[in-house]
Amino acid sequence: MAQVTKLNVNGRPCAIDADADSNLLSVLRDQLDLTGTKYGCGEGQCGACTVLIDGSPRRSCITPVGGVGQKPITTIEGLAEGDHLHPLQEAFLEEAAMQCAYCTSGMIMTAVSFLRSNPNPSAADILHSMEGNICRCGTHPRIVAAIQRAAKTMTHSMKESGQ
Amino acid sequence: MSGKPDLQIPLEPERYELNAPPAYRFELDRREFFQFLGAGILVVGVLKHAHPLQESGGVRRTDESLPKEVGAWLHLGENGIVTVYTGKVEVGQNIRTSLSQCVAEELHLPVSRIQMVMGDTQLAPFDMGTFGSRTTPTMSPQLRKVAAAARVLLIGLAAAEWQTDRKHLIAADGRVTDPKTKRSLEYGVLVKGQQLTETIPAEEPLIPAVQWAIQGQSLPKVDGRDFVTGKHQYPSDQKLPEMLHGKILRPASFGATLVSLDAHEAEQIPAVTVVHDGNFVGVVAPSAEIASRALKAIRAEWKAEPQPSNQELFEYLKKNATEGRDPTGDASRYAAGSVEKALAAADHRLQQIYTVSYIAHAPLEPRAALAQWSGDKLTVWTGTQRPFGVRSELAEAFRIPVDRVRVLMPDTGSGYGGKHTGEAAIEAARLARTAKRPVKLVWTRDEEFTWAYFRPAGVIEVSGGLRSDGTIAAWEFHNYNSGAAGIRTYYDVANQRIEFHPTRSPLRQGSYRALAATANHFARESFTDEMAHLVKMDPLEFRLKNLKNERLRAVFEAAAKKFGWGQARAANHGFGMGGGFEKSGNIATCAEVAVDRKSGEVKVLRVVSAFECGAIVNPDNLRNQIEGSNIMGLGGALFEAIEFENGRVLNGRFSSYRVPRFSDVPAIETVLLDRKDIPSAGAGECPMIGLAPAIGNAIFDATGVRIRSLPMVPNGLKIA
Repeated sequence: MAQVTKLNVNGRPCAIDADADSNLLSVLRDQLDLTGTKYGCGEGQCGACTVLIDGSPRRSCITPVGGVGQKPITTIEGLAEGDHLHPLQEAFLEEAAMQCAYCTSGMIMTAVSFLRSNPNPSAADILHSMEGNICRCGTHPRIVAAIQRAAKTMTHSMKESGQ
Repeated sequence: MSGKPDLQIPLEPERYELNAPPAYRFELDRREFFQFLGAGILVVGVLKHAHPLQESGGVRRTDESLPKEVGAWLHLGENGIVTVYTGKVEVGQNIRTSLSQCVAEELHLPVSRIQMVMGDTQLAPFDMGTFGSRTTPTMSPQLRKVAAAARVLLIGLAAAEWQTDRKHLIAADGRVTDPKTKRSLEYGVLVKGQQLTETIPAEEPLIPAVQWAIQGQSLPKVDGRDFVTGKHQYPSDQKLPEMLHGKILRPASFGATLVSLDAHEAEQIPAVTVVHDGNFVGVVAPSAEIASRALKAIRAEWKAEPQPSNQELFEYLKKNATEGRDPTGDASRYAAGSVEKALAAADHRLQQIYTVSYIAHAPLEPRAALAQWSGDKLTVWTGTQRPFGVRSELAEAFRIPVDRVRVLMPDTGSGYGGKHTGEAAIEAARLARTAKRPVKLVWTRDEEFTWAYFRPAGVIEVSGGLRSDGTIAAWEFHNYNSGAAGIRTYYDVANQRIEFHPTRSPLRQGSYRALAATANHFARESFTDEMAHLVKMDPLEFRLKNLKNERLRAVFEAAAKKFGWGQARAANHGFGMGGGFEKSGNIATCAEVAVDRKSGEVKVLRVVSAFECGAIVNPDNLRNQIEGSNIMGLGGALFEAIEFENGRVLNGRFSSYRVPRFSDVPAIETVLLDRKDIPSAGAGECPMIGLAPAIGNAIFDATGVRIRSLPMVPNGLKIA
């Protein structure tokens, strides 16, 4: 079986040793110690394992590592810049959009990608984009509020920086 | 007996949460604490009512299920950091935060100076577990008393240092100050070089709720940053050097026994070990993937027993009922007056049957454990609501004394009453014993759906008799299997008969957030709505007519007001309400639904919940719990049900077992009634119980169709 030895994760080249058909989730968690990405179902139904590959949200539990190549992978650990949290991370704290928080990484990663493609979403847009992510504690309204808050912050800071 | 049952006394202990304390509890070695923690002061809280005979182990208590003696302890170190030890655990209810608030309040310290060590059986005093909404009403007062004692101790140290009268000294902001001389010392400085131990009877007067400065505030989740950055290490994230991964071979069906095993092929895979011990078969490998591959290579033959399916569930439960007797005692029966006479004399009579399906907790983090043996000592990191219970399970499974077992519980990816047991812990430990290396085992979603336990299914039969003025004159209520929690009625009915009938359960069942209170309130509050319609009264008016309990009246009135009860509804929209009393909390929930008559789709548009649980410790977290209870409750109310046949779960995946998702979630408003004159109660469970009947009653209001089964519309609503 073909082996995969390199990945590009959170802006860094990473050495791994995995079969090409190994799922990306287990490689991130077990080989690279990036345990912020969670196992929830193993069938792409809950979104807890969401990471960005080339900026697009992907269910790492059903993504064979052999197909990733050198495309940049972003996990929850790669979102903050130093001590500076991503606006979505800030917004999840501000809105207390979590209870057990096991779904939080996947929620945030899904929302990061979504806000890039839709910076001014309606509440309905948010519901639609987050439908594939499960929160069992029932913090959904707070997650929606956090995404709305982050959208405002990000649009505002884009204007400030003249983009 | 009067028709006013005392609602403070539960009808029976929570049968599905019952767990006995250990037979012995031994002397604490306080010196170990100081060796471990460094100098400072250690305050040990001894619970009141501690019985001398119990302490010697001579007499076992039978009256109460809570353990006595030491309830909590805390250490204040030279760095001014307070470390609090409690057996309670964090599963998302944010109790780490609210307990920190309690300690901070009494010690006059910022929350940031408090560390909570939770659910470590080696460091925390024995605790039965985190369930039954008991942490706030029982652990908070204990910690507050211990913290208050520490404050008194600190003032004493300052008084001795300054050789002054302690009476005028003030503790505030982490310092003791003498307002006369303006002298002031930080707590950490005061305890420098001390090894003071104070054992208190936990009787220090506490700061009353009206004077709270830290409690009553919406403080954010402690360590929240670790959760949004992926840094927090859940049980399934734990890792040790040399660690291996385990997988378990599951029987072909529930209760099946292993007839033959061929593990030859699996054992040929490099670095794989197969562990076979009776019915237990597992594999250990360097990665979970290799372990899974090895598992697939094992050929096993199982002898299965024929078992009932969900198609015949409710007949089965009725047929297998223990005739009116509860083996745990007769506390599951309650009677007052004469139901027969009252029914015969009633102007209206009504009889209905309600059913409740098995549902799964489906915590997003499945069961996980990391086990390590060091000689004959076992350490297990696992996600459980009962670390001490799991310690006992491990000790029993491996026939070793409990003092050789340490269970640690990292803050876990939820529980909802579903993680009381130590399956994964035992399995990981068994694999680790053979592998002679640490072993981590994380259940798959399929395993979590199948081999955990379920919320009990049930059949509930209700009869009522009414006078024409809307007075409930007779009330008869029989619950088969689902449980006795919340079975008693809070409506004032002179003639009652209420019974819980335990039965054989086809599936392994156990506690679930709010226990049977959800089922019993669904039946009672739906039936109440039916009675109101029978006498052509408004459901709110009908309830208030039959309800004397002021706290419950207050929440019904508050919810109705906020909701706009009595307003006109759009076509195919309906309003409904439900509420009740559980775990010392009072909830009333109103719901608006819209029904698509063609497709049968039922959409819950908005929900208003009014809740009162005494003095509020953290308002925003309380709202979060109420919202979460309603959203989680939506699944069991509308579409969640475990399908099973012949000892197999048929829909054990998120693709076939539907849980609430974003588009299902209604607009939710909460009304908090803050009763500073009433001790704080827990809030993780009670808010759930009003939702299902509110939705069912709203569906009836919209369509005239009455649904008496949970879930109500797994396949949409059929309108004849």
